[in-house]
Amino acid sequence: MNDHGTSDLGRFNSPLLTRYASTADLHQVLPLVGDEHVVNVRKQVREHALELKLSLVDQTKLVTAASELARNTIKYGGGGVVVLERLTDGLRKGLRLVFADTGPGIPDIELALRDGFTSGGGLGLGLGGAKRLVDDFVIDSRPQEGTAVAIIKWKI
Amino acid sequence: MSINDTAQRVAALIKQFEGEILTLWTSELAAKTFRSDDATERHCRQFLALLPTAIAGGGFDDINSRHWDDVRTQLNEISTQRAKAGSTPNETAVFVFSLKQSLFTTMRRDLANDPTQLADGLWAISTLLDQLGLYTVEVFQKSRDQIIVRQQHELMELSTPVVKLWHDVLALPLIGTLDSARSQVVMESLLEKIVETGAAIAIIDITGVPTVDTLVAQHLMKTIAAARLMGADCIISGIRPQIAQTIVHLGVNLEDVMTKATLADAFVVALNRVGASIQRNA
Amino acid sequence: MERIPILRIGDLLLVTIQVDMHDRLAMTLQDDLTERIVRDQAKGVLIDISALDLVDSFIGRMISNTAAMARVLDAQTVLVGMQPAVAITLVELGLTLPGVKTALNVEKGMQLLGKSYR
Repeated sequence: MNDHGTSDLGRFNSPLLTRYASTADLHQVLPLVGDEHVVNVRKQVREHALELKLSLVDQTKLVTAASELARNTIKYGGGGVVVLERLTDGLRKGLRLVFADTGPGIPDIELALRDGFTSGGGLGLGLGGAKRLVDDFVIDSRPQEGTAVAIIKWKI
Repeated sequence: MSINDTAQRVAALIKQFEGEILTLWTSELAAKTFRSDDATERHCRQFLALLPTAIAGGGFDDINSRHWDDVRTQLNEISTQRAKAGSTPNETAVFVFSLKQSLFTTMRRDLANDPTQLADGLWAISTLLDQLGLYTVEVFQKSRDQIIVRQQHELMELSTPVVKLWHDVLALPLIGTLDSARSQVVMESLLEKIVETGAAIAIIDITGVPTVDTLVAQHLMKTIAAARLMGADCIISGIRPQIAQTIVHLGVNLEDVMTKATLADAFVVALNRVGASIQRNA
Repeated sequence: MERIPILRIGDLLLVTIQVDMHDRLAMTLQDDLTERIVRDQAKGVLIDISALDLVDSFIGRMISNTAAMARVLDAQTVLVGMQPAVAITLVELGLTLPGVKTALNVEKGMQLLGKSYR
């Protein structure tokens, strides 16, 4: 497994990353290599979501989205990391998760964003579904370089 | 000259030159704000009419004294009306403050020969209108707070209670327009109630929903799908002809959702499903 | 290796999922259930997820697949106890678990199974 540090996030140029001031009190990097890591991510995200006082439905949505994306990173991305951060934007607080890998990348992102669950189209990655569960969703993928997916859930 | 004399003098002045002051005031207002409508003109006239009596009787000191009751009532009304019409509190205060200019002009002309009284009068009028202006802001804010509280109450009344019609049968009578946020709240409370009561069937009655758009229809479908996953079935009742048209037009698929015209019909079906029936005594 | 216990009650199999499953565990459960249906000649399978605060696409598909395989083996599956937040999330994800019967709790689930094959 490569050394996945924050350097992987460097080439991930998205306004999501630069627009918000990240509070220093939460910045976790969790490995995503084996099956059991998904369970760990679920647990950690649930804890942080609880701390952020998200409603039960919002917690569940976020943890489920995290589970989907964590699995993708392991199964299709060849393993990677997820970075958890608390965000502050004026009065509102949020939780951002960035799933990054250096895998083969997604050749057709638009296709991937179409549901892979019920319809025949899409790539079975469930990205469209995960997108609906969160407030902000950004995906950056380059063939042969890897994929990074950032999601944010805000406490309203 | 005492303040009381000044008061009498100013009161008389305002009465005497009411027309002129009114004209100056309304044009000042039109210049400052972008409102120069009939309502404003009326407000100015009414206020000016009451002002002399109040000053003559109560002086400049205490706008809360009974001499100023009429003026305060008038200002209350003006402020509340403007709050409802969407003015900012600033605009409403400006309404009062802008009277200064016209009064000053009149007083300067009339009291030109008596600088002391002019000075006293100008000061008195200035502080008076300051007080009155601040008063309007207070009233404005209070009425806006009240509007918010009232809306919250209405919301809570409208936020529909889930009713247990029978063992295992719930009814959710939806009333009023459904927006995204409200639909979510409604969906969650229905599902919670299903778990709480162990109901097998939920009747969603939309007789009281005036319009159904794509978003509302989607929320309804999602609610029904979620209830199904939990093990409860839903029946939609109270679909009026116009809504039926809209639903078909929108292409919403209601194929595997049972619908009934009235809540009563739905109730009979529900009872049947849970193994009960209604008998009329002979 | 850890396994999720499967209880037999007459010709019914009862599974109560109480742990946060990783994918391998879920697959093992699917295999175990299929095997037990044949071995015990079960006519019904009750999957109780009232303790689960999360059901994602993998677990959802595991449940769908289990139900499908059970049907092939002439057994009915009922999923019971889904929490409201989980239901809402699954609907949002677009997972409707077609072909899976559902009930509010184990008792109702058994009633449902009783009606369909007895």
